[in-house]
Amino acid sequence: MNAPAQMRRPKETGVPDNKKYLHPTLAKNYGNWRYHDRPRPGVLHHVAHGGDEVWSVRAGTQRQMDVYTIRKLCDIADQFAEGRVRFTIRSNIEFIVADEKKVAPLIAALEEAGFPVGGTGNSVTMIAHTQGWLHCDIPGTDASGVVKALMDELYDEFKREEMPNRVHLSTSCCEINCGGQADLAIIVQHTKPPVINHELVANVCERPTVVARCPVAAIRPAMVNGKPSLEIDESKCMCCGACYPPCPPMQINDPEYSKLAIWVGGKNSNARGKPTFMKMVASGLPNNAPRWPEVAEVVKRILMVYKEDGRPWERMADWIDRIGWPRFFEKTGLPFTKYLIDDWTGSRANLNASTHIRF
Amino acid sequence: MSRLIAGKVRGYCRRIKARSGRGVHSSRLKEDMMAKKMHDTPNLDELEKGPWPSFVSGLKDLAKEKDYMVDLLGQLEASYKTRKGYWKGGTVGVFGYGGGVIPRFTELKDENGQPVFKDAAEFHTLRVMPPPGMHYDTGTLRQFCDLWEKHGSGLIAFHGQSGDIMFQGATTENVQKAFDEINEMGFDLGGAGPAVRTSMSCVGAARCEQSCYDEARAHRTVINTFLDDIHRPSLPYKFKFKFSGCPNDCMNSIQRSDMSVIGTWRDNIRTDDTLGKKWFVKHGMNELVNDVVARCPTKALQIKEIKNVRKDAHISAVALDDAQALEIDNKDCVRCMHCVNVMTGALAPGKDKGVTILIGGKSHLKIGGLLGTVIIPFMKLESDEDFEKLTDFAQRTIDFFAENALEHERTGEMIERIGLATFLEAMEIDVDPAMVNSPRMNPYVRTDGWDDEVAKIKAKKQAA
Ligand code: HEM
Ligand code: SF4
Ligand code: SF4
Ligand code: SF4
Ligand code: SF4
Repeated sequence: MNAPAQMRRPKETGVPDNKKYLHPTLAKNYGNWRYHDRPRPGVLHHVAHGGDEVWSVRAGTQRQMDVYTIRKLCDIADQFAEGRVRFTIRSNIEFIVADEKKVAPLIAALEEAGFPVGGTGNSVTMIAHTQGWLHCDIPGTDASGVVKALMDELYDEFKREEMPNRVHLSTSCCEINCGGQADLAIIVQHTKPPVINHELVANVCERPTVVARCPVAAIRPAMVNGKPSLEIDESKCMCCGACYPPCPPMQINDPEYSKLAIWVGGKNSNARGKPTFMKMVASGLPNNAPRWPEVAEVVKRILMVYKEDGRPWERMADWIDRIGWPRFFEKTGLPFTKYLIDDWTGSRANLNASTHIRF
Repeated sequence: MSRLIAGKVRGYCRRIKARSGRGVHSSRLKEDMMAKKMHDTPNLDELEKGPWPSFVSGLKDLAKEKDYMVDLLGQLEASYKTRKGYWKGGTVGVFGYGGGVIPRFTELKDENGQPVFKDAAEFHTLRVMPPPGMHYDTGTLRQFCDLWEKHGSGLIAFHGQSGDIMFQGATTENVQKAFDEINEMGFDLGGAGPAVRTSMSCVGAARCEQSCYDEARAHRTVINTFLDDIHRPSLPYKFKFKFSGCPNDCMNSIQRSDMSVIGTWRDNIRTDDTLGKKWFVKHGMNELVNDVVARCPTKALQIKEIKNVRKDAHISAVALDDAQALEIDNKDCVRCMHCVNVMTGALAPGKDKGVTILIGGKSHLKIGGLLGTVIIPFMKLESDEDFEKLTDFAQRTIDFFAENALEHERTGEMIERIGLATFLEAMEIDVDPAMVNSPRMNPYVRTDGWDDEVAKIKAKKQAA
């Protein structure tokens, strides 16, 4: 049907220029901003060296947006924001206005249309998320559904600025963790080795590639029922699921044994301490679609203790640095199990080689 | 509303109706536009409750007109019931490119091997690179909507974690048609597979007072140099760039990118007494001490009587009132941004700006997560030549990666395997103590080249 002769050649234009998309006041003051403040949650007020001012109103979206929702956001941008919008890294949308008088009606229009205004400063902002059952080929759980369920629970914290510092969350539907590092992350944690469909391995999988993929060298080629297949040394396998993407017959996902784990203390910025990776603090939570109440309970518990106990400007990691891990587990009531003691490469650096203990 | 064409009015009204449950609007489309009957979705229905915007409501709105989306909801509901995913990959692409489309075919088949939800048997995603800072005008967004309503599912994600605009859900046949229209608008596909990937840059110079370079220019200059490596995956594994305008690293580049370009400065923190005094009136001494001075990681801050502020060239000071000032010893400051964030405007990045480049950040697979390592402590990024130097450095890094990494090995893993010193030598970069947390803590190294190295360093110093 599509004869190659008629095929259109792509124009390799790459990343488009953003200048024509900038709000006119942003374009005019490019690289020339002086300071900002936040008159209320959800609003940033930036002042340029020449005196120009803009107010950016930030609202939450579902990220996975239908065209009607996008057009509705466009209508709002056309009415208030010179037909310009921008998105943040966490899928919030921002409308920029150069006239303070437009801020209140813009907020009203957004909330009226169902988009919560917030996500700035020391709020709990939108959760960075992944594909999940909607679109990935290896997910242990959903992504957008988990996020929707959790953001319903954290709605007020999105709209307020009452946390010690900003709170970034992420979710990932497999241990690959596309969702990334965050103050608090929810990540699938498999608890049983893959179940191999030996009938399919030879046809579907490049066996050496799969063998090479395993972080603990637990996979080896084997003949099963007279067919070339793979076998797993289950005493070595730590159930990471890395073999599953290159070899779908090595099913790692299980409705019951694929659990959810909670990680805390990833810090992206260089502010105060250096950036940090997050640490696992809870696991074994059930993959309880459609609203994951057990996960929501633990997430809220950790966030509320942090809110209570954290001092101004302490990110989750800074707060735990101050109070120490024993008190973190004590205050959150989470059990500290042997599985939380790191035994991966470099893990000695995570052990306490001192008498520094808070009593 | 008058500026909207009829089709858009329809979309808008349907949305309102969907939200408020009001009756059928007079401009309602003809009966024959209606999609087939919805499947029961008791699990997904739960995700229409609650205050946060619901993607399920959006999917249902789309399903009113598209059998495609009726069946997508059917399959998603099945996943919610069984807690299993039902997509598999495959090979679908656009003419001329080897990547950028994520193919998805249903695996949910009946006993005859036929798709249970046949209208959503193919649900491919196009990854499209965003403009720097993710700014758009509504004309562009509406055009995206129109073309994706025509050729695809009508579902668009702003954005994926790598930064792509993800046009989610098209049949194999329609992928090319959608791409042609997107491409004609001036947008291009992003990366997938063992390729240079789509990149992101922060809002930076466009609206942030902390910006230390032109992030958008760096983003475009670098990425558009590697279009071949984006569109025709042939590297050992993925390679990601990210661009943050200052050490706040809003793009999380140290944790997430093989090459992280972060703005910084070499001279003193700039100060503005008017804003300093304004801050102090509002926040007072307790906040200054507890939230600013005590939180400086290197104890570079001190509160002084103005008359006692040191006069050295590396000292800056901002007035708090007529008697007191906050003194910064810029030799001790590690440019962490904390005080600059808290006292925005009163304190600001210096004028001698540039970037720090780190290499090797990545997530868990396979050896565990790695943060990037400083490779270039500072370089200017202002003139055309500076930008050329940046792309040249990126090019040499990618060349080295392409030649030396094992299959499925990320840059950080490669450096871990061969050692940082070997990498630096190959890249002809001088070692610098800013690259390490501390010198070596074990004697297990052969040092018979020591005198030669010292002589080389001396010779370089003399030549400079
Ligand atoms: C096998 C199928 C996979 C699928 C369908 C998938 C899907 C995705 C998607 C859709 C994104 C967002 C991309 C964008 O913004 O355009 C993403 C990002 C990401 N993926 Fe994957 N992924 C897969 C495999 C992997 C693997 C094997 C790894 C790790 C080795 C990985 C690590 C990541 C990371 C770390 C990100 C975040 C990138 C960033 O923050 O810049 N993914 N993935
Ligand atoms: S986290 Fe895993 S399952 Fe989820 S989208 Fe990424 S690769 Fe797929
Ligand atoms: S799940 Fe992970 S550890 Fe287990 S066999 Fe597969 S790759 Fe290896
Ligand atoms: S990284 Fe720095 S310059 Fe860029 S938006 Fe964040 S704070 Fe501003
Ligand atoms: S920016 Fe410098 S002076 Fe300010 S808190 Fe950080 S290290 Fe200290």
